[in-house]
Amino acid sequence: MPVVEQGSSRIWHRRTRNESLIRWFGWLLGVAVFVVCWQRISESTTWFFVWDAPRIANDIWTRATPPRWEYITQLGRPIWDTLNIATLGTMISLVLAVPVAFLAARNTTPSKLFIRPIALLVIVSTRSINSLIWALLLIAIIGPGVFAGVIAIAIRSIGFCAKLLYEAIEEIDHAQVEAITATGASRWQVMAYGIVPQILPAFAGIAVFRWDINIRESTVLGLVGAGGIGLQLSSSLNVLAWPQVSLILLVILAAVVISEWVSAKVRGAII
Amino acid sequence: MSHRELDDMLGTAWRKPHFVANPMLRWGLVAGFVAYLIAAFMTIEVDWGRVYEGLDRGAQFVLAFTSPDFVSRAGDIWEGLLESIVMTVAASVVGILISIPIGLGAARNIAPMPIYLICRGIVAISRALQEIIVAILLVAIFGFGPLAGFLTLSFATIGFLSKLLAEDIESMDRVQAEAIKASGARWSQWINYGVQPQVMPRLVGLSMYRIDINFRESAILGLVGAGGIGATLNTAFDRYEYDTAAAILILIIVIVMALEYLSGIIRARVQ
Amino acid sequence: MLRLQKLIKTYKTGDQALKAIDLEVPAGQVLALIGPSGAGKSTMIRCINRLVEPTSGSILLDGTDLAKLGATQLRKARRSMGMIFQEYALVERLTVMENVLSGRLGYVGFWRSFLRRYPQSDVDEAFRLLDRVGLLHMADKRADELSGGQRQRVGICRALIQNPKLLLVDEPTASLDPKTSRQIMRLITELCQERGLAAIINIHDVALAQMFVPRIVGLRFGEIVFDGPPTALTADKLTEIYGEEDWEATITPDDTDEDIEAAE
Repeated sequence: MPVVEQGSSRIWHRRTRNESLIRWFGWLLGVAVFVVCWQRISESTTWFFVWDAPRIANDIWTRATPPRWEYITQLGRPIWDTLNIATLGTMISLVLAVPVAFLAARNTTPSKLFIRPIALLVIVSTRSINSLIWALLLIAIIGPGVFAGVIAIAIRSIGFCAKLLYEAIEEIDHAQVEAITATGASRWQVMAYGIVPQILPAFAGIAVFRWDINIRESTVLGLVGAGGIGLQLSSSLNVLAWPQVSLILLVILAAVVISEWVSAKVRGAII
Repeated sequence: MSHRELDDMLGTAWRKPHFVANPMLRWGLVAGFVAYLIAAFMTIEVDWGRVYEGLDRGAQFVLAFTSPDFVSRAGDIWEGLLESIVMTVAASVVGILISIPIGLGAARNIAPMPIYLICRGIVAISRALQEIIVAILLVAIFGFGPLAGFLTLSFATIGFLSKLLAEDIESMDRVQAEAIKASGARWSQWINYGVQPQVMPRLVGLSMYRIDINFRESAILGLVGAGGIGATLNTAFDRYEYDTAAAILILIIVIVMALEYLSGIIRARVQ
Repeated sequence: MLRLQKLIKTYKTGDQALKAIDLEVPAGQVLALIGPSGAGKSTMIRCINRLVEPTSGSILLDGTDLAKLGATQLRKARRSMGMIFQEYALVERLTVMENVLSGRLGYVGFWRSFLRRYPQSDVDEAFRLLDRVGLLHMADKRADELSGGQRQRVGICRALIQNPKLLLVDEPTASLDPKTSRQIMRLITELCQERGLAAIINIHDVALAQMFVPRIVGLRFGEIVFDGPPTALTADKLTEIYGEEDWEATITPDDTDEDIEAAE
């Protein structure tokens, strides 16, 4: 009871003495951890460059403006490649994510003990690793190019899509499934009539949502050699062609804004 | 369908009404999509010979997961991982602290118009620029090292958290907030008593989620020289040291899983 | 036609939902199952078509023991038992017609059903049934656009297109207003008579059961405590089924009182 008697008056505290102590200790620990982290960052920083940063930023800015507009004629193909990486990657990932999601959802998995953990492992491992890393890996395996980008995006998206989809599957109305089962429908018919119609809107939403994210991600895949507009960005950076860099950044920004707009429109139309 | 009599309908075929009612538009969409797919596939140049050679290395890589090598580059791995964690912690703390005032400012129902516009502008810029591009620019300005990574992650955290926090505040229960205002509270008291308790659980949940994302992102910042495990990973791929790469990926996956587990516990406790 | 022998259902939690039920339903008889919530009414209905697996006992439908059937045989057997649900359980995002035709799933192959190419005889039957319940003009509407009463009519069509011998009806009126409840009960009992169907109607509204159904079975704690015609359902019997309460108003129902109860 956080009410303390002091002489004749009773004082109300929000927390008991022990609770406050623990809280203070927690805060102290947090601050200490932060300070230690900051020190490590500070140790490995060349502060001379940091103090010089405003000048450098200014320098880059003057070099980068105005963008080299005529360079856009060379960006057509990279933009097309970027779009393909995102779109094809999303489609492949959806094809793979659907079975994974059904195996991972508690109410549709054939075996909770064996198959579900494997499906969950696929989800968490593909999700935790960024598409750039997948791209690096695939380039080491199958060589640089758009194809590696498509596969990288596809693998990275499996976990994301399958996670959202299996959550949707777990939330379906069981009565509808029961009703279809009661008609004497087979397992696949129950799936097609009882489950699929219920998750279709979620599926469409996830597809468009992930496509939007993949457009963003595929713009930078080229940095490691996996095709798309990032390739141009990387080569322009290497030769310090700042006016080209600024133009590419503008194009990427436009692509991100457009894809977000498209995805919002499509999702609005579905729901 | 108009009110037709049963007798007219008996014997007539029944087809499910189409999702897109206009047949011209429907077939147009299908044809357009198929045409796009064909064009996309045609323009992806896949060197199947190279892919075939790569399958062997792919198999090696998959096998490497069964015998990951944590030892031979233990020093590099440890350094990189520690730097990633340090960047994650520092950037999450700073990012969360800054995103709270900006989130408040970006909520239409509590911020005055000019502040709202400024904060929304910051959010929009932060969300439109991807981490890796920000990191490239910051490395160019501040030099190589974890400081650039730290700043990148903080900046990205602000965009993510402020937007979601602002949306949460905008959808909160007005009555509770008004009740506090009616008691004659000052603005700061009103935020503390009327707004904070309502959005706190979600803020904690989102922060945990963002820490998770920050760690995953910190793994790729090293690719452009902004510190963290990414540089070690990149080197491992370049030297075809798949067992070391597998070890690093396993560590990343395990840490992400641990973070997800931890955030699950914390979210359950604050709600 | 249907005979339950020593039917027992014990849930994993240890709750004994059904304690050795013995019940016989002759062909064409409509029977109402009453009892308090948790008495096992819903479990019993679901045990018959094995949506819930019975723990032991036998379910004889025309001589075959449903409890012993394998998966394929069970699917065949389910075709002859139409089921109607409390919350309609229509597939909300499919059209009325698709919902009705889904009653034929046990008869058509996967691809036929997937591509919605049902035999013309099924389509005609669906039209006839929809016409019978007055919803023919709604055939291409989506199920979630319908009102509660309309949805339940579609649910009835879905059960009947199976061409069943037996209807299993689980709280058909629980989500409906009093007037619609009566219309739905009347429709179900009429259709059973037209087609000579037996039915087990699980219902919590005693007055409604007494009004439409010739035989009432009372269930309490998984045991049958009453079995007889509506007139034999006295206040004492109701007390035995549901527990102590003033039952006089229910037995000679006057409209206002019943409406309140049905609206609950």
